Amino acid sequence: MKPVTEAELHTYIDGALSEGARAEVEAWLVAHPEDAERLRAYAEQNALLRSLYNPVLDEPVPAALLAVRSHAWRRYFAAAAIFALGIGLGWLVRGMFITPQMLPASLPRLAATAHAVYSPEVRHPVEVTANEEEHLVGWLSKRLGTTLKAPKLAPLGYELVGGRLLSGPQGPVAQFMYQDARGQRLTLYVSRQRGEPRDTAFRFSQEDRVSVFYWVDGNFGYALSGEIKREQLLNVAGVVYKQLNP
Amino acid sequence: MDRRLIIEHIPRLRRYARALVGDRYVADDLVQDTLERAWNKFYLWRPGSDLRAWLFTIMHNVFVNQARRRRYEIEQAMEEVPAVSVRATQSEQLELQDVDRVLRSLSPEQREVVLLVAVEQLTYEEVSGALDIPIGTVMSRLSRARERMRQLLGGQTVMPLKVVK
Repeated sequence: MKPVTEAELHTYIDGALSEGARAEVEAWLVAHPEDAERLRAYAEQNALLRSLYNPVLDEPVPAALLAVRSHAWRRYFAAAAIFALGIGLGWLVRGMFITPQMLPASLPRLAATAHAVYSPEVRHPVEVTANEEEHLVGWLSKRLGTTLKAPKLAPLGYELVGGRLLSGPQGPVAQFMYQDARGQRLTLYVSRQRGEPRDTAFRFSQEDRVSVFYWVDGNFGYALSGEIKREQLLNVAGVVYKQLNP
Repeated sequence: MDRRLIIEHIPRLRRYARALVGDRYVADDLVQDTLERAWNKFYLWRPGSDLRAWLFTIMHNVFVNQARRRRYEIEQAMEEVPAVSVRATQSEQLELQDVDRVLRSLSPEQREVVLLVAVEQLTYEEVSGALDIPIGTVMSRLSRARERMRQLLGGQTVMPLKVVK
């Protein structure tokens, strides 16, 4: 019998051996019970370590971690301001604008309010239903003055219900509504943002029972709201973001 | 910005950090430092390459620097870990605690390799890349760590390994 190496024994445990190599290791283990016993213990270690630490995946992510931003970017903005306005004014601008809060707090609040108002609606949750998706997207795009897209969330179990036009502090706002098989609803709120175009990180806000992930891309703010677990919502928000920024 | 992709990896970074340092708050500090560094160095990440492996590399570097600076690991290892093997037990809860205690008794280098392989299920090549060590070193650390854990756990027999044929 060809001797198997220590590395092959470990690879056997970690499930990365080819068929042929597996058979060889298994034959070896039959003939070498002490190695079989050793590998059994190693496999058990794997299982115990996973059951010990996998629960961390289900814990809510602390807000402080979601809010981590690039210090480099802040320094960059500060430097640009100094360059443009002179040292004194630059410092003033840095004090006024270069703060950790670069998003209007009102975006998640407005989105959550709109979610809370329209998502419980049984008969009229939307103005235009998903049957007329093309018309809906065209209409809202025209009113917001940009090309909107209704993200496709069916792979995550959420079908488009439709959408509506709302009014916000910066004018028209688009709201798309989605629903899963159990009737759980999510809304995507898209509104024009004040000021210079900018990009921000994902942020999370808990507005009473409504969880909101929101971000700004260029001139538009996006907020995904729902009364579901934060991790699930984050998962959907990630998909929405990727579809809007292919 | 693709930087938001980083956020998807936070739960797994937290899992690894928790297993690596044990304490919840120290672990989240490690994640926070890792995320800050990742943001600042994001331009170094090659789109299309494995973002998770890249983040583990950053976390490894932050961890090594922290350990060097604060000697946290060594102090902890010396204070908390008895160098005797733990009693074999049938109780699942106790067994998990035993595994955790034994995990803490490994050197940080061994613990990183064991966790990346067993919990994060990276391939040996990915571990080699993330920790910037040759694959032979990955294998020898893995082998020693697993054997040490087995010895300390007393090699109790709970579930027999199925051997086909």
